Order: sequence, then C-alpha cells, then structure tokens
Amino acid sequence: MSKSGSSHIKLSQSHISEIVRAIPPSGIRKFFDLLSSIEGVISLGVGEPDFVTPWHICEAAIYSLEKGYTMYTSNKGMPELRAELSGHLESRFGLTYDSEDEILITVGVSEGLDLAMRAILNPGDEVIMPNPCYVAYPASVSLAGGAPVQVPTTEENNFEITAADIEPRITQKTKAILLGYPCNPTGAVLSKEELTQIAELAKRYNLLVVSDEVYGRLVYGVEHTCLATLPGMRERTILLNGFSKAYAMTGWRIGYAASDKEIIGAMTKIHQYTMLCAPIMGQMAALEALKANDSEVDAMVRDYDRRRRVIVKGLRDIGLSCFEPRGAFYAFPSIKVTGMTSEEFAEKLLWEEKVAVVPGSAFGQCGEGYLRCCYATALPDIEEALKRMGRFIERHRKK
Amino acid sequence: MKKILEALEKDARLTPEQISTMTGTSVADVKKTIKKAEADRAILKYKTVIDWSKLGEEQVWALVEVKVVPQRNVGFDSIAERIYRFHEARSVYLASGTYDLAVLVAGKTMQEIAVFVSEKLAPLEAVQGTVTHFILKKYKEDGEILEGGEGVKRLPVTP
Repeated sequence: MSKSGSSHIKLSQSHISEIVRAIPPSGIRKFFDLLSSIEGVISLGVGEPDFVTPWHICEAAIYSLEKGYTMYTSNKGMPELRAELSGHLESRFGLTYDSEDEILITVGVSEGLDLAMRAILNPGDEVIMPNPCYVAYPASVSLAGGAPVQVPTTEENNFEITAADIEPRITQKTKAILLGYPCNPTGAVLSKEELTQIAELAKRYNLLVVSDEVYGRLVYGVEHTCLATLPGMRERTILLNGFSKAYAMTGWRIGYAASDKEIIGAMTKIHQYTMLCAPIMGQMAALEALKANDSEVDAMVRDYDRRRRVIVKGLRDIGLSCFEPRGAFYAFPSIKVTGMTSEEFAEKLLWEEKVAVVPGSAFGQCGEGYLRCCYATALPDIEEALKRMGRFIERHRKK
Repeated sequence: MKKILEALEKDARLTPEQISTMTGTSVADVKKTIKKAEADRAILKYKTVIDWSKLGEEQVWALVEVKVVPQRNVGFDSIAERIYRFHEARSVYLASGTYDLAVLVAGKTMQEIAVFVSEKLAPLEAVQGTVTHFILKKYKEDGEILEGGEGVKRLPVTP
C-alpha cells in the first residue's frame, strides 16, 4: 500500500528522460547565478538589444488590447501578419511564399528551430552545424532525437563554415545543415559566394538547410544574403527569422518559418498540438513593425555600427586579437595572451573588475579561448568595461 | 559627412579621435568635416540640454502664436526678423494654419513674459494679434524625456 500524499515519492535521475539527461546544462545559466550576487557590474553578457521596442509598435499592441484582441489566433498565425510577411519577403528578397501554407508564425525563432528539427529528423539523423554556435542548436537536434555534427570554425577563417569543411562530414544519415549567420556568438557572416558553395553541396547530397537569419538585418558594410534566394534553394531551405533583434522585440517572442508547404505543414502539425498559436499581442506588434517604414531599424543599425567599431578597436588596443565581426552585435576576442580558459577568465574578470562577459566555451569547444562581448550596451559602459579589461589583461598577461 | 555629424548630434562631447573610431574615418578627415560643417553653419552650435527645475531654478516658457500682416517683397521674413532679434524669443517658426509665427519665449517669471508680449511683441506694426500659452510642464526636450527615464530592464546575461 502506498502512503497518502506524494511527498514520499523519491525522485531520482532515472525519472528524467535519457535524452534530457544527456544534454549538458547551459554554461550561461551558471554564470548568471554568480553574477546576480555582485553589485556594480557592467555587463557585456547580454544577448539582446539595449533599445526598447520602438514606441509605435508598443502603442499598436496596447491599442489591440484595448480593442479586445485577447483570443487565440489561427494555428499558423494571424492571416494579416502572414500576408504582410509574405509581402515583406517578396519586396526584400524577391522570394514568394504563399501566406496560406508556406509561412508559420512561431514563438520566437527558438520555437521555429525546435519545430524544424522535430519535423525533419528521424532518430539518429545527423545535422551539420558550425562550432562555436548558438547554444540552442545542438540541443534542439538532440531533443528531436537527432545527432549534432559540429564543424570547427576558426578565427583565422573568420569563423566561417565552408563547404570544404562540411563535405567530409556528410554521411548516409545526414539530413540537414544548420546555419546561423550572422552568427551569435562570433559576429561572423557568410558571403554570397560561400553560401553558394554550401548550397551546391546541399543540392548534390539532397540535404535540407535550416537557416536562422534572425540577425540578418544587423550587418555592417556587407550585404546579408538570404539563403533561400540562391538558385534551387527555396525548396530545400527552412528559413527561420523573427522580430527580436531587428525591431528590439525579444520579449514579445514572435518569429516565423518560411519554407515549402510540405515542411511548413509538418511544423504546423507539431505547433498546433504543443503551442496552439503564438500570442496575439505579439503578433499585433509584429504586424505594426512590418507595416512601418524602416527608419528606426536603420537608425539602430547605424548606432550598433558605431559601438562595434569602438569595441573592436578597444579590444585590440588592450592587446587582444579580435577578428572583425560584420554582423549581429557581438565581438569575439581571443584571450590566448593570458593562457587562461574562457571560463576562468570570465569568472576572474567578474570578481576582479566587475565586468561580465560570456565565456566562448559556452558556445562549443571551438569557442574555448574566446569571449563573447555584446556591444548592444551604452557607449560609456563599453568604454569603462574596456578600461577595466585593459587593467585585467595587464595583470594577467602570460609571462 | 552624415555619419560624422550623426555621431556628433548624439553626443557633442565626442572627440575627433572617438568619432574617427566610430565611423572608420581618419582623425584628420573628421576634423576637416566638422570644421567645414561649422563654417557652413550646418553645425549651428554645441549645447547642453539642462532640466533647470532640478536645480530649483524658476524658468517660465510660453508659446506665443502671432498673427501678422505679410509685407510686399519680403513676406514674413522681415517681421520674423523684428521678432527673433529679441533675446526673449528663443525659437521662432513660420507655421501654417490659423496663425503665422510660433514664438517660444523664455523668462524668469510670468510677469517678465507678459511684459515682453504686451510691450514689445504685440505693439509691432505688422502684428495683428497674439495668443500666449504658458507652458505648464515639460515632458520631452530635444528628444530627451525629462522624467521617468527608467533605463533598460535586461537580465545581465542571456544567450
């Protein structure tokens, strides 16, 4: 006979799914707990804009609440928003996606990524991706029962993944290539030429490409190439994008997926049973974001660019080698001059100089020896952080 | 040029070295551009936006609508000049609509402004009439929100 009440049940690791157990805890989380115990910290550790969402977008969302838009929407997202997105992709990239069955509104790109992986992977299927990369990439593949296959990228190669590096890793089980450029954490971008070579590979081996382009609007002095625009790629690309970075709308959690209707249909199947729909308030805000002209986005991009130049020069001036990031809002300097591991460096820097950065190793073993420094931070804070880091490097330079 | 002045407009205290870094232009070119912009009066002046009420300083502002009779050949320009030369008139704009000139007037007291309007502005020959609106509260000045600037509420570390 079992005793009454559940407090006597002994939970152990065996109650947790093996797949979840096998996923390592996030390196960022650990750091976050440490950080909250210290006062006066300048943080370059964030992964989001420091702008508040433009007011016209907030105001439109408030108005929609007042008007009583508080219900579920269609599983796929509001038809008006999908139609607007379809027009947006057409005018921006010349891509045509049917708003009825080729576009799905998701809860951020995070959900889109999860849906994409679950929609395409059979147990054991392999997905090739760069390393270092965004923290969710390997996990999203593993959680869907697949196996992440990581391709090392290096500072010497500007952290670009190349077709030549991908090809030898293609096996019978390879299902897709997962790209996230402009890249979090490195700030790397892929040129049209490099993308074209990867696209040729995908076509030759009949692979899908999942392309997370959420930082696509944030590029500096280069053009962002949308993968689906390359010849023959629209059919085999799952384009993921969202509103978080370009419109400073991280907390609204609105993203979208655009692809062939077979794939969007499969993703929608999962989405309707797990998420039902993205929140209507966020969708209303996204609709306003698309309808307005882009002058505020452009102003934000110019502002990031100024800070990008300041932080890259500053990091080089204090003796760190730092490749020039052309996208997103991260610099990814090397700390090899100190001989420390990324984690050691980040922890010591936090204690000694009260500057928070994210250890590059949180993004994969090829991030070891690097730091992710976010420059979506007020300029005076960037300058102060650089001063403090300069002192730190002076003390800890390898003798 | 635009890049340099945009940076300077955000923060007039930036040094040419800082602007050079921010824009990827050489220090010499930054200096040259700024000099030229100053000479062309593209840069009018460098100012500081101060919330004087924080210092307990009394300052009264009024928006004065002025209806005038335009004059042959010079239109509104000559009467505008008669008005903008008064130091009390801090900004002067020609506006469409029910009145012609919008004049922002600053003074230490309401009395001071009242005297300026009634004794200097209203009696001008071309002025047909004035309507004075005293400013009760300033919410936003030169693009800066005066109160309730709450800063960014971000978590310190996010992926």
